[in-house]
Amino acid sequence: MNKIGLIIWREYLTRVRKKSFIIMTFLGPVLFAALIVLPGWLAQVEDNEVKEIAVVEYDAAGGPVPDSLQFFRNVIPDKENIKFIYLHNAVLPDVLKAFEASQYDGVLFLPQTLISAGRETSVEFYYRKPPSLGMEIHIAKSIEKFLFSNKLITKNIPSDIIQSLETKINLNRINWKNWPNKQEDATDVKRGLGYVGGFLIYIFIFMFGAQVMRGVLEEKTNRIVEVIVSSVSPFQLMMGKIIGIGLIGLTQFVAWLILTLGISSFAQQVFLPAPAVQITQQAVPTDIMSSDDTPAQTTSSPAGKEQAAVMLNGIMRQLGQINIVLVIGAFLFYFLGGYVLYGSLFAAIGAAVDNETDTQQFMLPITIPLILGLFVMINSFINPSGKLAIWFSLIPLTSPIVMMARIPFEVPVEQLLASAALLILTFLGTTWLAAKIYRTGILMYGKKVTYRELWKWIRY
Amino acid sequence: MYLFSARNIVKRYSDNLVLDRVTINVPEGIIYGLLGPNGAGKTTFLRIINQITAPDEGELFLSGRVFVPKDVATIGYLPEERGLYKKMKVGEQALYLARLKGMSKADAMSKLKYWFTKFEIQAWWNKKVEELSKGMQQKVQFVITILHQPKLLIFDEPFSGFDPINAALLKNEVLELRKNGSTIIFSTHDMGSVEELCDNITLINKGRTILEGAVHDIKIEHKSNMYEIGFTGDPAAVVERLNGSCQVVDQHDEITVHYVKIRADKSLSGNDMLSRVLPVASITSFNEIIPTMNEIFIKVVEAQNQQQTPEL
Repeated sequence: MNKIGLIIWREYLTRVRKKSFIIMTFLGPVLFAALIVLPGWLAQVEDNEVKEIAVVEYDAAGGPVPDSLQFFRNVIPDKENIKFIYLHNAVLPDVLKAFEASQYDGVLFLPQTLISAGRETSVEFYYRKPPSLGMEIHIAKSIEKFLFSNKLITKNIPSDIIQSLETKINLNRINWKNWPNKQEDATDVKRGLGYVGGFLIYIFIFMFGAQVMRGVLEEKTNRIVEVIVSSVSPFQLMMGKIIGIGLIGLTQFVAWLILTLGISSFAQQVFLPAPAVQITQQAVPTDIMSSDDTPAQTTSSPAGKEQAAVMLNGIMRQLGQINIVLVIGAFLFYFLGGYVLYGSLFAAIGAAVDNETDTQQFMLPITIPLILGLFVMINSFINPSGKLAIWFSLIPLTSPIVMMARIPFEVPVEQLLASAALLILTFLGTTWLAAKIYRTGILMYGKKVTYRELWKWIRY
Repeated sequence: MYLFSARNIVKRYSDNLVLDRVTINVPEGIIYGLLGPNGAGKTTFLRIINQITAPDEGELFLSGRVFVPKDVATIGYLPEERGLYKKMKVGEQALYLARLKGMSKADAMSKLKYWFTKFEIQAWWNKKVEELSKGMQQKVQFVITILHQPKLLIFDEPFSGFDPINAALLKNEVLELRKNGSTIIFSTHDMGSVEELCDNITLINKGRTILEGAVHDIKIEHKSNMYEIGFTGDPAAVVERLNGSCQVVDQHDEITVHYVKIRADKSLSGNDMLSRVLPVASITSFNEIIPTMNEIFIKVVEAQNQQQTPEL
């Protein structure tokens, strides 16, 4: 075995045998599943807390109104977690004075003058804790709808006609290339896939990059480095470490992939026997607005299992439309490219400093583009072929993350090639740069290193 | 022919001249001491020999031909700042480092078995390095350094951190290595070990060679005709008889014996001195005082430092 092979082998073996690696391999998919499921679950938990909203109505003259004359009574339907209580003959200042001790979470004030309001008006809502976005939308929409039909009724339009006016629209996105057979749209699954891919690369770069840095620092503070560089060149040592840890990353990824496939095929076994009734468009909530009513629908459904089956079935069929090989191939390429790019910089930092606390000042310039990449990736879901997404998927410092968000949405070949070429060139460049810093840094002790100092090392 | 030569090595770190045309010639099969105060440039010089850092000027030769990077496989290097992977097991680590030096797995394994048995450290094989004491770790490292039977061994401060027993063990090993044909270069400030081990030395101060040659020759060169006579009798009479062509520099008593230290004229032989003293005292001892390496070290380094101070 040649020397660099030996180094890779040691880096790999010592890490793959660690308990933390084994635990992470098994826990990883569970944690990821939790990461995806948890926010929804948490939102639900919060929503389950029933809120009571008092409604105070005034007549056109600005005085309290008894039950029998209340115009807005029951206009806003209760929801699972919001109850509306319409107060009898209530005076707003009195209600608010007693608000502190009352059981109400909010007071909605509706003057009857609203009926003749023009294109836009507002109503007052007094809160104890700020209302959720969902509650705001629910209240506003309910009143809008009521005022709308009320205006029509005053124009003598029969209520059955009014009801027939309502049509709920779902936008059915179809790629024009799929036009003749109107293939089902897979945008949501594509977004999900892009998100998972990009996020995984972001985490991997950070996790394994930091491992490279710590490994280099360990060798330096251990003082073993001088023994080793009397046998191999510093470049071999650095590359061996980067490659060895990269292989650990790949091993972890493959293990996660296999485990996830195993778990999901198990889930299919459990859920799929239920009859697949229809495909819902709402496989993955697309935006905040609609996500407000979906959880209520899914959770209130008595046949949760059936729905889950439908959803899973849908996802599986949508996945079928995506070039999975391309996605996995791109993932591997961008993971490795991004990892080598950042890993070499992390190695240079580890070599330049004497202890972990000193790494902070050099970490910042590396962390910023990574986090920027993550933000742009999330933004790219709104418009995967927008200018922002295109540029940041070309810039090598962010491309590994941002391109993953675009890959499921058929990226033009020339952009893909340009991005890949730039990434390769850049990681060759950073490795060369890092090797120069590394070579000098690993034998330099007890000196607080500055950027100027690093620049000198590069020019040696 | 020299096994190893370094000629006119110059190394600068930014504006700091660390090595200024240092030359050493190491004959085969000897122990060569590289001496010098802290910061003299010894470690930098050793790193240059090991191809860890490149010199700005100068050339290295091994067995008469230009030294190439591949030749480091024939060198064993024990750096001053030594360490091992703390979490790795001793045996596994020794095997790894031996293979990095280019040994085959089987070869490394059988040699390791031999040395671990010889040093009676077999029990450590499966222990993690962090479980060993510092001295134990040094022993393991020594084994790793010499395992591939290099022609040239380079030790940077090999005895620092060892207790006297282990230091003695190590010194014996170093002598044995020489007996078996290895050539050894080691740097140290421990002048005791230089006297015990070194055949030749080079003394570097502030990046320059200020003294070099065989230890024996250097000592003779630096002796200054000092003698010590031990006797019983009247010290005053002895001093009086010696004065003239000798200068008494020191005298002291130990129980019943008086000692005088004298600096003699070059023309005066030991026999002359004794014949002068014999009538008035009975001699118990007579020695020529040869300077220790320690004294020579201090004398030469201080002389150079004083020379340079006015320039500043």
